[in-house]
Amino acid sequence: MNTDANDFAPQPRPSKKDRMKIPRQPMPEQDPARRRTNFEEVNQGLTILGAATEALRCLECGDPKCTHGCPVGVKVKDFVDLIAVGDFLGAAAKIREDNILPAITGRVCPQETQCEGCCILGNKFEPLGIGYLERFVADYERETGRIGLPAIAPPTGKKVAIVGSGPAGLSAAGDLVRMGHAVTVFEALHEIGGVLVYGIPEFRLPKAIVRHEVDAMRAMGVDFQTNVVIGRTATIDDLMAEEGYDAVFVATGAGLPKFLGAPGEHLNGVYSANEFLTRVNLMRADAFPESDEPVYDCRGRDVAVVGGGNTAMDAVRTACRLGARTSYLVYRRSEAEMPARAEELKHAKEEGVTVMALTNPVEFLGDADGFVNAMRCVRMELGEPDASGRRSPVVVPGSEFETSIQMAVIALGTSANPLVQSTTPDLATTRKGYIAADPETLRTSKRGVFAGGDIVTGGATVILAMGAGRKAAASIHEYLETGAWEAKEAEIPSPAGRG
Amino acid sequence: MFPIVEAEFLAPDVKRLVVEAPRVARKRKAGQFVILRLHDRGERIPLTIADSDPGRGTITIIVQGVGKTTKLLNMLGTGDAILDLVGPLGTPSHVERFGTVVVIGGGLGAAIAYPTAKAMKEAGNHVVAIVGARNKELVILEEEIAAISDELLIATDDGSYGRRGFVTDVLRDRMESGGPIDLVLAIGPPRMMQAVAETTRPRGIKTVVSLNSLMVDGTGMCGGCRVLTNAGARFACVDGPEFDAHEVDFETLVRRNRTYLKDEADSLRRFLEHPEAELEKVRESCRLEQRHPEARCEAGRS
Repeated sequence: MNTDANDFAPQPRPSKKDRMKIPRQPMPEQDPARRRTNFEEVNQGLTILGAATEALRCLECGDPKCTHGCPVGVKVKDFVDLIAVGDFLGAAAKIREDNILPAITGRVCPQETQCEGCCILGNKFEPLGIGYLERFVADYERETGRIGLPAIAPPTGKKVAIVGSGPAGLSAAGDLVRMGHAVTVFEALHEIGGVLVYGIPEFRLPKAIVRHEVDAMRAMGVDFQTNVVIGRTATIDDLMAEEGYDAVFVATGAGLPKFLGAPGEHLNGVYSANEFLTRVNLMRADAFPESDEPVYDCRGRDVAVVGGGNTAMDAVRTACRLGARTSYLVYRRSEAEMPARAEELKHAKEEGVTVMALTNPVEFLGDADGFVNAMRCVRMELGEPDASGRRSPVVVPGSEFETSIQMAVIALGTSANPLVQSTTPDLATTRKGYIAADPETLRTSKRGVFAGGDIVTGGATVILAMGAGRKAAASIHEYLETGAWEAKEAEIPSPAGRG
Repeated sequence: MFPIVEAEFLAPDVKRLVVEAPRVARKRKAGQFVILRLHDRGERIPLTIADSDPGRGTITIIVQGVGKTTKLLNMLGTGDAILDLVGPLGTPSHVERFGTVVVIGGGLGAAIAYPTAKAMKEAGNHVVAIVGARNKELVILEEEIAAISDELLIATDDGSYGRRGFVTDVLRDRMESGGPIDLVLAIGPPRMMQAVAETTRPRGIKTVVSLNSLMVDGTGMCGGCRVLTNAGARFACVDGPEFDAHEVDFETLVRRNRTYLKDEADSLRRFLEHPEAELEKVRESCRLEQRHPEARCEAGRS
């Protein structure tokens, strides 16, 4: 990005009528043929001129719906206004008041269903490119090296432990440290960021950006401890009784992979998406043997990724980049029902992914050495809508067929990792093993312990987890100030045996 | 960063390392393991905790140099450090007063079995230790195991020490001529554990094995270590590593462990061309970590 502000002179604001004539500024992208051979970012970011032009499209609503659509309540109109007058650093500081990780959310949020989905421009035209603008100012700030760190309140003398360094934990840590509390974040892996470092690939979210955001939080005083598994290395009780933490926020995510339960699922070359993506993103198996961690060699081979969410898209696009000959995306419903973002599916198709919709694998077959070499699938059709309103897929009788593959990735979502719950006896859990927490205060059944993000809701989005982190921070702050912990029994689902 | 405070070879290619890891030392129980990573571009590998000293804040690991990472680890000495080490991981061994417990360690398995054998002895069991090795030179921890067992039986493949033959030969003899056995715990190569399982199955002797499947994170998030049991797929890193030997599908374990054989061989061959360069990577990673403990060093993509 050209960060020379002299290149940019703010434009006089056109009339609202003229503003509506400005087309939405497109996101420059790396060419599909080139990008499927590398791990560099696909979206290249708006230019200064592109961002300033896009900012002019904002109609400056009296009651901006976009802010209501944002799970952390970013003051969109205010920051967009600062872009329009050329104060990019001011715009970044404005976002950081509500969102500690703008370079990340600007990239990975599903804006079309959140802020941009609420933008009134969208009624008649394309909505304002809020995500693109958020990303622009965060990148501008980083590249100019002038991060506007928020003010920190005087020390309160209270200690807060945060379990897990994913989006929920980071967002809570950012708010709590600003309120003057001493914050320590415990992470089981050797790098900070949770799904941001092991799950989301480099071509959607460069790891250098995550590190940069984490460094900014270190500069604010957050203490990060890697290689600590709460539930094994120390328990919640150890943290509170022996290590003197006044409150704990559990944000461990839903990291346990689901499998299909199909025969042959344990053949060599069949991965969970978590394993495949961790090997490539966190352990950099794409660079083997320069990096030590290997991953099954997909060069010139056919790879099937099972699932239709963003994780499936990340896995199938990663397989493309590792040199797969064919990358199949196998999904049991139709394209219209895919939970993945439309942009991800579009990118995947441009990169040559073959979509096998209305298809479900029923068995994996292997060669004499036990390596997967085919999958047997059935065709599906959509039946009546189920309780959730989605039409449920039904097997088409006699539709079995076989496809040759040499690697498979199962991306069917995750469930609750039980390590914290199983070692904290007085922490109530739901029937499915998630932590039971009051939806408003995020208080759990255990005094001083709060929980939020995927470990409460099940697998969701980065920004929803960040929203939970903000809510937890406000609630923890209130608890630390007042010391009050009235059990609202009725609001906390009662513990059920986890089986 | 986890400093190495003692290092000595116990046998050719088998090294004992005492590592500073106070939190792990405090929590660790018999049967648990750690996962470590040596440098920025290193892989994560699981190793059993052979012993710990909570007072001193140290744990002991015993490493056999079989591939790149373990051979590199065995080049480290006092004054070096391990970049990342996390644990204790896995479910601790189920230790109670069973009666007579036979603990079988094949090869490096003796080092893995030792802590559980010790815990079994402390729980009041009559401990029969069976140690197997290819030859006399490769018998490790003999004194330590003798100190915590009531009977120590040794077998070597070539007969250079103890009885000539396999641990299963010794076990069969002991089953036939010794007193009743309440529990067998076998740790070693998968084929050895399988052979033990088949030896005890006809008699219905409860048998536990510690499985050594491939692992990445070691906390249950990836399922790379999944093993098949009669109850379906289980994750060795959280549900195990110990399982009922009579319920384990050893064929799947052996097969899955072969997934990266070619990669492992390539990696080892490249390493052996310039082992010193890799050692320097470990030291450089640790120096960077020391200088900037706040910022994890970054290995860019090449």
